[in-house]
Amino acid sequence: MAMKYTKLVLKHFRSPKNIGKIKNADAKATEGSVVCGDMMTMYLKIKNNIIKDAKFESYGCAANIATASILTTMIKGKTVEEAEKLTWKDIIKQLGGLPPLKFHCSNLAIETLHSAIKKWKKKNNTKVS
Amino acid sequence: MNVYLDNCRTTKLDKKVFEEMKPYFTENYGVPSGIYSLSEKANDIVEKAQIKIGFLINANPQEIIFTSGATESNNLAIKGVAFANKNKGNHIITTKIEHPSVLNTCKYLEKNGFKIDYLDVDKNGFFDIEQLKNKVNKNTILVSIQHVNDVIGTIQPIEKIGKILKNKKVYFHVDAASSFGKLPIDVNKMNIDLLSISSHMIHGSKGVGALYVKDGANIEPLMHGFVSLSNLRPGDENVPGIVGFAKAAEIACDEMEKNRDHVIKLRNILMDSIQKEIPDSFLIGPKENRSPYNVSFSLKNVEGESIALQLDMQGVAASTGSACVSKSLEADYVLLAIGLKHEQAHGSIKFCLSKYNTIEDIDYAVKALKKAYNNILKISIFK
Repeated sequence: MAMKYTKLVLKHFRSPKNIGKIKNADAKATEGSVVCGDMMTMYLKIKNNIIKDAKFESYGCAANIATASILTTMIKGKTVEEAEKLTWKDIIKQLGGLPPLKFHCSNLAIETLHSAIKKWKKKNNTKVS
Repeated sequence: MNVYLDNCRTTKLDKKVFEEMKPYFTENYGVPSGIYSLSEKANDIVEKAQIKIGFLINANPQEIIFTSGATESNNLAIKGVAFANKNKGNHIITTKIEHPSVLNTCKYLEKNGFKIDYLDVDKNGFFDIEQLKNKVNKNTILVSIQHVNDVIGTIQPIEKIGKILKNKKVYFHVDAASSFGKLPIDVNKMNIDLLSISSHMIHGSKGVGALYVKDGANIEPLMHGFVSLSNLRPGDENVPGIVGFAKAAEIACDEMEKNRDHVIKLRNILMDSIQKEIPDSFLIGPKENRSPYNVSFSLKNVEGESIALQLDMQGVAASTGSACVSKSLEADYVLLAIGLKHEQAHGSIKFCLSKYNTIEDIDYAVKALKKAYNNILKISIFK
């Protein structure tokens, strides 16, 4: 089935930002499953409650890659609390839309981010929201 | 460079076919049902098409019923036989890897009181013929088996199956959408009662197909309306489409060996090159008894939609069985039925060749695939 991706989705798919691992990451999380064909790992560098760096690795379709790519650019420079407030809808808005069949990809990206932050908070004994 | 390698989805119209069709749009635009000479021309050319196509599969002209394509042909064959023979029995046998137009028709019949056995297949897509023999019982009215599987290229032993079913009182339907014009078909020798064929798989136009219905077969129409040439398929005929189909079929059968030799050469280069350039991959489906037109691989640690999109960005059209391209978000059922793990199915990429493909196409496609694979692997969690 032909997927109608926006130009921006395809741009992020073609040249994704922030690919790879962060050595000594302050937070890391992997979500999704191989069975669904949709997985994501996110690495965060957090200093003074601000996300200084974010990188990702992916296993999945173009929407998976594009949502991870744009989310990592969106959260850099944001406070942890600001990043936590982002929803899957914000990603879709930022990408100029996603085919409805691919909405779950934006959800996976947010889940992975939230999961990484949760782990970071736990590690740093901050109250988990 | 643009390279089309999705010829099991549709094919490019042959220019010779197009030329043949043209006058039937604007000059000889009649349909067979009228009394005047414009209709006579239409009638003659449709009859000629029946003769041509019948000849190619060793059938009589009146046994060829034109339809809108193989989906309609499969529906007509299966539902038509089921409804007409429900007093004799309600049991149908097919396999787990048939085309959706067969499987979904069978599922529909299940909801209407029919019992369907879906035979398991092995890792190469072959089912156990002994199991088929054992499954046939006094309630069995129909066995439906595809000739060539369009996902993995498996060629089923139709003649052997036909022999087994010959003395049993069941109808034998063969979905030959992926084989007609590419492999020899003889409905008598193969003991076939119903055969579905398609025009746009062999460089004819879209929207035309046919069902061979053996003379005397008890089958009901699905549609009811104005009867022009056949009770089984009412409505006025798609004359240009039928003309094109006959021409396409004639060309395909004339060139069958030449085309086969050509694509085998390309296929071998494509298979060897993929295995060499991407060692973390394996061929899906059989090595023997495989359609020379099908090359299907599973690539490790990557997902097929990304690969197919990366190929598209380089001008190469190919297909994948990944869940990410299906509306149901499930991996291709054929790939799961042959025992592939989900991740192996997600990493599948399929190239279907045609007579129009060249060595240059294949070389380019391999380079594009390697680039696509490396690009996606760079992002991959698994490496």
